[in-house]
Amino acid sequence: MTAKLQVSSLNAWFSTTQALKNINVEVAANRVLAIIGPSGCGKSTFVRCLNRMHELLPGARSEGRVLLDGEDVYSKALDPSTLRRRVGMVFQRANVFPTLSIRDNVLSGLKLNRVKKNYQEVLERTLRQTALWDEVKDRLSSDATQLSGGQQQRLCIARALAVEPEVLLMDEPASALDPIATAKIEELIDELKSRYTIVIVTHNMQQAIRISDFTAFFCMGELIEQGATKQLFTKPEKQQTEDYVTGKFG
Amino acid sequence: MLLPQTDRRHIGDRVFGIVLPVLGCALLAVALIIFFACAKLALPAIEKLGVLRLLTGSDWNPVEESFGALPFIYGTLVTSLVGIVLALPISVGLALFLTEMAPRQVRVVVAMLVQILAGIPSVVYGLWGLMVLVPLLRSTVEPALGRWLGFLPLFRGPPIGLGYLAAGIILAIMILPTIASVTVEVLRTMPQALREGALALGATPWEAIRLVVLPYARRGIFGAAILGLGRALGETMAVTMVIGNQPEIHASLFSPGYTLPSVIANEFAEATGAVHTGALAALALALFLVSLTLSGAARVLIRSRRLR
Repeated sequence: MTAKLQVSSLNAWFSTTQALKNINVEVAANRVLAIIGPSGCGKSTFVRCLNRMHELLPGARSEGRVLLDGEDVYSKALDPSTLRRRVGMVFQRANVFPTLSIRDNVLSGLKLNRVKKNYQEVLERTLRQTALWDEVKDRLSSDATQLSGGQQQRLCIARALAVEPEVLLMDEPASALDPIATAKIEELIDELKSRYTIVIVTHNMQQAIRISDFTAFFCMGELIEQGATKQLFTKPEKQQTEDYVTGKFG
Repeated sequence: MLLPQTDRRHIGDRVFGIVLPVLGCALLAVALIIFFACAKLALPAIEKLGVLRLLTGSDWNPVEESFGALPFIYGTLVTSLVGIVLALPISVGLALFLTEMAPRQVRVVVAMLVQILAGIPSVVYGLWGLMVLVPLLRSTVEPALGRWLGFLPLFRGPPIGLGYLAAGIILAIMILPTIASVTVEVLRTMPQALREGALALGATPWEAIRLVVLPYARRGIFGAAILGLGRALGETMAVTMVIGNQPEIHASLFSPGYTLPSVIANEFAEATGAVHTGALAALALALFLVSLTLSGAARVLIRSRRLR
């Protein structure tokens, strides 16, 4: 199986606090990697290092190697905005653009990158993928903020998909949603993995079991254990992992 | 058990309940008193000339007791507009630089300079305008504008230096700190998540500003501009020193003109006779009216859907 992302010796800091310590992970193409671990263990920082969002925070820096299809993500020659077109991201809280309509939210990435496409086709396809089409097709011009929380989050996913990234990073995309909206998003992830490589941070271990092929367990900025999801949850190698997945701590 | 109503803690609430409405009404009363005092003072002129002629006449001749406010209303509007047109893009650019780009140390220094700019008395601006800006406009800027943009009526005529353009530029410098600092506050309220949302789509920093930051802030920026405009409309001293004080109406920005506050300040002490004094009071009312109309229009605009 080919690795889409190869992370080696990745370290990250918030000014003087080290948030990630020597992380080595491979993410297989067209698979879902779940990142689990207790709060503050560096899960979010890890995914934000993959599309260079981490370095945007004041005082934050990172070092190490992240290869996307063998290409160094941290290379000086690579413009972060080019990278982020290939590695899309969905955040914990839906961040629809409040001044734009539903349609313009979905198409904002395309218009930004001056991609000439059949906008209507992209709009319908991504909204269908995110199971939003039937809910919003009659009000594409209304404000995106009028949608419910779950709809807004699916709109954000549609927005990320519209630019057709190769990798999709999801930072607890369902943590602010009710069970029904969560189920819709999990269904969507299952469909998406045939075309995208997905890295998803989750608090919810049941969710990790349901949707991921591989799981990495982080604790205190370190990668404790990684492996096939089934393996990691049923026969973990490390005691610490077992304690976490069986609910003894965290 | 519920505490009785006479509990000591309620006394403070009661005192405030009486004092605050009184203070609020007092504010309104002061505005009304000023308005009616002006109106009373203006009565002789209104009786002699009529409201219409006072407001729309363009002749200003104290000797013949012929008074029309139009040149002053025109001068006030033109200089304020020039000021806002020059100040708005610079202030917004400055605010964006301070919030989106500048490293901390630079931000602190520039923010301090802007504060200093806000604290300079207007007479100092006027003096600087008279001694530095006006000669510069006369010798260099106005001839150059005339050469390149002379096809517009705005930039025709002899370069005098004193005039609408000089006043407008001074006003722009004076209102810049107001607009910039309000805009900075507006941009600071911008949620980081929106900025990140744009960047995560592959936006460059400038594209993120265009896509989410400016649309998010535009109502606030509009409000900041209105604040600046309010200051520009009422500014007296600096404008008086550089506008040339001619009660005339010219299309060219190079021409000398006059503004409402300037003529009131210049002539009130020497006004002889109730009609002249009354005409000046009427100008004060006109200024009141212009400010009210503009801020009212701004309110309507800011509530309209288009700006949301």
